[in-house]
Amino acid sequence: MRFGVVVFPGTWSDCDFHYVISEVLHQPVKYVWHRERDLADLDCVVLPGGFSYGDYLRAGAVAGRSPVVEALRDFIARGGYVLGSCNGFQILCEAGLLPGALMRNECLQYRCQSTHLVVDNVETVFSRGLRPGRVLTMPISHGEGKYHADAEALRTLKAGNQIVFRYAEADGRVTRAANPNGSLENIAGIVNPEGTVLGLMPHPERAAETAMGSADGLLLFQSLLGSLVEDGSFLKR
Amino acid sequence: MTGAPPKVTLDLARDSGLTAEEYERITSRLGREPTYAELGLFAALWSEHCAYKHSRVYLSRLPTEGARVLQGPGENAGAIDIGDGWAVVFKIESHNHPSFIEPFQGAATGVGGILRDVFTMGARPIALLDSLRFGDLDDPKTRRLVEGVVSGISWYGNCFGCPTVGGEVAFAPEYAGNPLVNVMCVGLVRADQIVLARAEGVGNPVFYVGNKTGRDGIHGATMASATFDDSAAERRPTVQVGDPFTEKLLLEACLEAMKTGAVVGIQDMGAAGLACCTSEMPARAGTGMDVELSRVPQREVGMTPYEILLSESQERMLLVAARGREDEVRRIFAKWELDAVEIGRVTAGGTLTARLSGEVVAHVPLSLLAEAPKYTKPTAPPGWLTEPLALDPLTLPEPPDYGEALLALCGSPNIASKEWVFRQYDQQVGINTLVLPGSDAAVLRVKGAPRALAVSTDGNGRHVFLDPRRGAAMAVCEAARNVSCSGATPVGVTDCMNFGSPERPEILWQFAQAIDGIAEACRALEIPVVGGNVSFYNETNGQAILPTPVIGVVGILEDAGRRATQWFKGAGHRVALLGPDHTSLGGSEYLWRAHRRLGGRLAPLELELERKVQAAVRAAVSAGLVTAAHDCSEGGLAVALAEGCVTGRELVGLEAALDASGRGDQVLFGEGPSRVMVSVEPARVREFEALMAESAIPWRWIGTTGGDRLVLRLGTKTIVDVALDRIERAWRSGFERHMA
Repeated sequence: MRFGVVVFPGTWSDCDFHYVISEVLHQPVKYVWHRERDLADLDCVVLPGGFSYGDYLRAGAVAGRSPVVEALRDFIARGGYVLGSCNGFQILCEAGLLPGALMRNECLQYRCQSTHLVVDNVETVFSRGLRPGRVLTMPISHGEGKYHADAEALRTLKAGNQIVFRYAEADGRVTRAANPNGSLENIAGIVNPEGTVLGLMPHPERAAETAMGSADGLLLFQSLLGSLVEDGSFLKR
Repeated sequence: MTGAPPKVTLDLARDSGLTAEEYERITSRLGREPTYAELGLFAALWSEHCAYKHSRVYLSRLPTEGARVLQGPGENAGAIDIGDGWAVVFKIESHNHPSFIEPFQGAATGVGGILRDVFTMGARPIALLDSLRFGDLDDPKTRRLVEGVVSGISWYGNCFGCPTVGGEVAFAPEYAGNPLVNVMCVGLVRADQIVLARAEGVGNPVFYVGNKTGRDGIHGATMASATFDDSAAERRPTVQVGDPFTEKLLLEACLEAMKTGAVVGIQDMGAAGLACCTSEMPARAGTGMDVELSRVPQREVGMTPYEILLSESQERMLLVAARGREDEVRRIFAKWELDAVEIGRVTAGGTLTARLSGEVVAHVPLSLLAEAPKYTKPTAPPGWLTEPLALDPLTLPEPPDYGEALLALCGSPNIASKEWVFRQYDQQVGINTLVLPGSDAAVLRVKGAPRALAVSTDGNGRHVFLDPRRGAAMAVCEAARNVSCSGATPVGVTDCMNFGSPERPEILWQFAQAIDGIAEACRALEIPVVGGNVSFYNETNGQAILPTPVIGVVGILEDAGRRATQWFKGAGHRVALLGPDHTSLGGSEYLWRAHRRLGGRLAPLELELERKVQAAVRAAVSAGLVTAAHDCSEGGLAVALAEGCVTGRELVGLEAALDASGRGDQVLFGEGPSRVMVSVEPARVREFEALMAESAIPWRWIGTTGGDRLVLRLGTKTIVDVALDRIERAWRSGFERHMA
């Protein structure tokens, strides 16, 4: 599978995703500059963490209107996969590619800590192969990660089974104490209705090797790669 | 330019911080009165902050050489060869004065400055450590400062994308009027790609790159070279304003430009801004420089030459490119949407010439400008030490309940968990951090190499106050011991010397003694000092801080997989104490917490023993014989053991019998160097004992892990028996409850 890791001015998880994809997963990967519009040779585009354009207006607001994100619409329509983590999730919401918004953490401080995520939906390309209710360990690192959606959007998310990950205790219970940023219903990650665009605040690339404390993040990629084997139609482009 | 510049007089020179003698030296060497812009150059470059006037004679006593040293003091940062073609570049710097005036921006720009010092060398920053000192936490003003400083560091470091992996936070009333914000940065570069801050090559173009110049931070260097009084808040305009996003762009653009080979030399415009770069860079190379100030990108109108030269606007660099390769440099900076403007040339004259629209506004020989006077001022041991040193802590009463005394210590803000601080910092970006903040040293892998780096900062102001020489030597030992406890071999030191006014003989005595102590310890442990920073004038209304050398140590872990952390890993492991029994309650955390006294004498320090203990710990870790290793520092052995029990992922109990020859408080809470506690799995006990026998250091088994209590005996008498959840609660809430 051919991966592209997008680089905006101010992106900093780009090298980490690149390292995990090339050195841990041994998949072809290249950097994609924010001004590029040609994504034809890619199967999966990664929007990494960071402070794109300094996040000075609103996290992800400027990047959400950048040439590469405009090109993503067509890429997604043609069946391409998109994984947005941290700032990437914020950008996907700002671009309207995922519903809802990410607001300032309830504690009003930046939070970098390990979190547990319970898997709600195992029918996306990023979570297939996982057992429903399985708990993954992945760190977060953000100041604006409080997921918010209005009542109707939330109903739609639930009806479409679009909530993939929720912050939970180590045993999988979804509690207020396990919610690190005040996200609505402990939502940590969601997909589009087609299940091909995943946005999540946690950092799977920081949990991709046992040396880093957890390799659970790798499961998202393995799920994605595994789906390719089962369903070769993905490569039809 | 609006209006004529002020006429330069002796009074004006004095107001700028120069002495009458210094001014006389300038006029006689120039053969005329300096221009206003020239006066600004001298005032900044001859300030204590830039010129180390009072400290240079002492700094030369530090050992700076070693087989691995690629770059010692005098450049933007030091560099050490770590093998496989890699070099580690690191330095520590203070931003104390700005952080007191404006905590958020002061601390943020402190981070920005040290990051630039490291990436101007061509290295990509991989870690930050912050050494912070504040007044008593019961004072609401302290809480405001802590919040401001921590959020400033968090904002800048997180947005830039460099993980904060360590450091310390400590509190003592002496820092109330002068908090300390010391930031250390560690970077990695291929050893053959280090770039220096030298303006080599007559005719080469000089580029201004990065942020535009404004009026912020003018006089920052001179501000940092004076003491404070109650009007400190009025100096807020001298504090710079940071922009971590621009700094991130500057990092990427600089590293990309360096990779082309078109960059001859580069220096961060830090203290004294353009003035400093345009004089230091040619001075190092034995060249000169001719610059046109009207070409400097400006974000305010009507700036005078004086303001352009002395602005400390952030995120700017002066870059000397190879002639003929200008377009390569311009193209890369344009890609990152940053200014890169050619403002002048390297010249042969040995002078700095600055012009405004062609008219010369400054023309000075660099041999004069870059060679500030060196002072050897009088030193005198302070009379204020007599009383504290006369205190015998054993004349004070023992605690009524040792368990409660231990809980109080674990909950002391100086010892308690700093999670409230660290969770606001990104600790992992770059995916190198193998050991996160919370153990003796942070450990970072070097991708593509088998080895890892261990880093730690340390410095105990109370110890240095009571005995500057031994206290400073102990700071070196402790930082090195922390690194050794992770399994790594210390290879380099950077020091940040925080003291009061050097114009007071007692303060200069503290400084001179501390330098001697650092030099002795570094020689004994064979760790060169490759860079650092001196911050004098840390006093407000005549009240100096505790003398605080902060020591940063970098070590090499040969096998990243063979490392140790400080917490116990399970039940049934034997626990040993390596090192001497000598400790003292003098200057201890216990003496302050329990009796509110700062006094007594420090425990003896035997540098040869220290070296052997550290070597033994490293050998045990690298042989995979220990499951935990932890330095005994603030709070003594009892606190080290308690931390072993409660700071890991799971609580692990312990029963231990301690040396019964001393009084309980001294045995439990006495502080002393060269002591490390380790835990060993039963199956490895024989091997461990054999290794210790070979190492020829004093050591003994003291207990076994297991259960859910910490039980400590003196001989057969149980003096501590406390449930772990109580210790954990005290430790977790001790600092954080003050910040709620």
